[in-house]
Amino acid sequence: MADGTLAIYRRLVAAQVRSQAQYRASFLVELCGTVLFASVDVLAVLVVFRVARSVGGFEFRAVFLMAALSTCAFALADLTVGSIERIRAYVRTGLLDAVLVRPLGALPQLLAADVAPKRVGRVLFGIGLVGVAAHTARLDLTPARWLLLLVTPVAGAVLFGAIFVASATVAFWWIDSGEFAAALTYGGRDLTSYPMTVYGGLFRRVFAYGLGFAFVGYYPALALLGRRDPLGLPAVTGWLGPVVALGAAGVAASAWKVAIRHYRSTGS
Amino acid sequence: MRPVTATVARPDMTTLRMYAAVAAAEFRRYATYRQAMVAAMFTNSVFGFLRCFVLLAVAGGAAGGAAAGYPRDRLATYVWIGQGLLGTVNIWSPPELAERIRTGDVVADLLRPVNPVMAYLAADLGRFGYAAVTRLVIPIAVGAVAFDLYAPAHPVTYPLFVGSVLCATVVCFACRYLVNATAYWLLDSRGPQIGWVAVSSALSGMAFPLAFLPAPLTTALYLATPLPYLIQVPADVLVERHPPATMAAMVAGQVAWAAVMLAAARLVQRRAERRVVIQGG
Amino acid sequence: MTVIDVRGLRKDFTVRVKAGRFRREARTVAAVDGVDLAVEAGEMLGYIGPNGAGKSTTLKMLTGVLYPSAGHVRVCGLEPVPRRTRLARRIGVVFGQRSQLWWDLPLRESFELLRHVYRVPATDHRTRLKWYRDLLDLDAFADLPVRQLSLGQRMRGELTAALLHGPEVLFLDEPTIGLDVVSKQAVRGFLADLRDAGDTTVVLTTHDLADIERLCRRLVVIDHGRVVHDGTLERLHERYGSRRRVVVDLDEPLATPVDLPGATVESVSADGLRISYALDSATAGALVARLAAVASLRDISVVEPDIEDVVARLYRA
Repeated sequence: MADGTLAIYRRLVAAQVRSQAQYRASFLVELCGTVLFASVDVLAVLVVFRVARSVGGFEFRAVFLMAALSTCAFALADLTVGSIERIRAYVRTGLLDAVLVRPLGALPQLLAADVAPKRVGRVLFGIGLVGVAAHTARLDLTPARWLLLLVTPVAGAVLFGAIFVASATVAFWWIDSGEFAAALTYGGRDLTSYPMTVYGGLFRRVFAYGLGFAFVGYYPALALLGRRDPLGLPAVTGWLGPVVALGAAGVAASAWKVAIRHYRSTGS
Repeated sequence: MRPVTATVARPDMTTLRMYAAVAAAEFRRYATYRQAMVAAMFTNSVFGFLRCFVLLAVAGGAAGGAAAGYPRDRLATYVWIGQGLLGTVNIWSPPELAERIRTGDVVADLLRPVNPVMAYLAADLGRFGYAAVTRLVIPIAVGAVAFDLYAPAHPVTYPLFVGSVLCATVVCFACRYLVNATAYWLLDSRGPQIGWVAVSSALSGMAFPLAFLPAPLTTALYLATPLPYLIQVPADVLVERHPPATMAAMVAGQVAWAAVMLAAARLVQRRAERRVVIQGG
Repeated sequence: MTVIDVRGLRKDFTVRVKAGRFRREARTVAAVDGVDLAVEAGEMLGYIGPNGAGKSTTLKMLTGVLYPSAGHVRVCGLEPVPRRTRLARRIGVVFGQRSQLWWDLPLRESFELLRHVYRVPATDHRTRLKWYRDLLDLDAFADLPVRQLSLGQRMRGELTAALLHGPEVLFLDEPTIGLDVVSKQAVRGFLADLRDAGDTTVVLTTHDLADIERLCRRLVVIDHGRVVHDGTLERLHERYGSRRRVVVDLDEPLATPVDLPGATVESVSADGLRISYALDSATAGALVARLAAVASLRDISVVEPDIEDVVARLYRA
């Protein structure tokens, strides 16, 4: 039964890929576009180190590793879950109705049907970037650290995915929420590119620990580099990414359930 | 240019009044999007905090505690002005015109007895008017509560800043118009749109002050592209990066770019119209 | 067997209304306000009402899209929202203005995808698809991407898509909206066949009362969230005093119009050659027989009451 469900989603994804493939020129342009945007984000990190020798107490190779982990995690989440941003349009126009009358879960159905294959470019860029950063940082890769290096982007993607979904549910209560969700999703991507020592006070407490962004790049990078956390958390924190991510996913799933119940279909 | 005489002055006044009406309507339209504005303010504020913390850390890690010549308070001010300018100058506006060209709705614009470039500009200035009293001011206020901001020392800075923001808006409008107008030839203008967003976010001074880049590159940007005149120049004016005379020269540069880009937009529009006529729409 | 069982169904929406310059007040509005409805298997029910009466809201609560504020709902014995995905397999839904089809893919591929989504055995799928292909003449456009179809072609595709998994109940929300005359006829003809086959229970909301006249024996009228009529079209006419009319043309004028029990004279033309009777309790046949006895008749016509009129009066009431 479970296998059958997966096969259905695979078909929905394939249908979306076939649909997109019809617009080949646009697809190529957008594929390049996503890579271009990802490079602009990384460029910002590089430029900063032209002016400063360290940022938040960390030298280039450490920050670059954090930024690479963040870029890769965000790209994965953007590919798989990013299209949930469109939920605002679905709620506004009542298009969600057509999704809700099918015998499939609404969230996986939306994700499968709206997947944006053009974002594959960004994922490849992110993976390459992690490789370069790991090399630049001259990591001492024990088997445990190898595992951490592989798991971290996935855990980060799950966390970003949870943020994507949870912030998208805001649209069910607040249809005109505009760019609100972007503050948490794209904001989170920018935020996780730098060490958490950079941020101050309440802002750090809310974003780094409250929303869990510290576990995307910062703590795993510390564990990979074998550094102590200047903020005082124990070394094991670097390994908590998957736990935090699963917790966030649970919260997002509950938020989604409540939101669907709250859905007030508009239009005739 | 025709010499202005009494006989042509009257229609010109009517045209001006018409543009003013367009601008006023657009001002009112934006005033009704209150909720979207609140959401945008939240987003601008989150990004403001984020960039501000990062750039302050950069200053902290730079020799002398100043990043590329920006001391901490000017750097913080720079970031929050940047957030305010983002929604005021409107770098990332949705590609409305390109969409109208794609769907063919643009024909309705061409049927009106006004120059479409100027009519769209009037509308954009109406939007600017509303944004200037909301989207520009609120992030600066938020930033001022949370960080030590820099207060300009010269009184002349204030009028210069107002002029600079206005010019930046016109330059940005013309750039976006040109990007959108590619839809007349390409129909699907997503390529140019993506290019514009990528280039304007990286090289307009929004992501980081352009002084962070290698000096030859910065100079080239100032001389050969309109990009620094969108965010970098107005922000520099308010944080008084240079003496008033230099800043005035930069604003003059903005005026020149505004004129050049507007002329380019009008030229492209004329070409496009001829093309539409030849193709039969 | 009762397929749809609804008692005391309610849906409240909170709307914010301006109260003063900056204040907004939350006010609760009942879009559906205590609807009772029982639909038997095989019925084709017309569900009508003016804009904003609560038609679509009811339909959305029956299909599991919207969560009811109060009341009891069972469709195929299931509570729609908690059993949404299970119910989805047993019902079909067509929203006139929202497509179920894959916009950029050929119609044929949408059907194939839906076969998997609904897990329909391949043989059942083939049989049903063959049936609908012939009935709705799909082959002419099944290989075109949906975005290239005309509205009428698309609606035929939507109907097929909603029926391919053999649903027990079909919900149709404005299936003829925006269609041209020919497409409307095609859709109505198809639905009439579906009704006559009797396997599918159908609930139809529409603005076009010709749909109802052609298709539905039972009619539920809803206004301000409440059911104001539930019964046959004839009962509706009776209740609201709309009557059939008999118009007779005579060879020669009568001295005085014949008065007949169970019918009233509505009008007499100036030359006295045309008399219009409204039927109260008499049948048209009885009336004509009585007239034929006293005058020579040139022509007779029976005018059905106009449903638009009745409904317009009902909405205004």
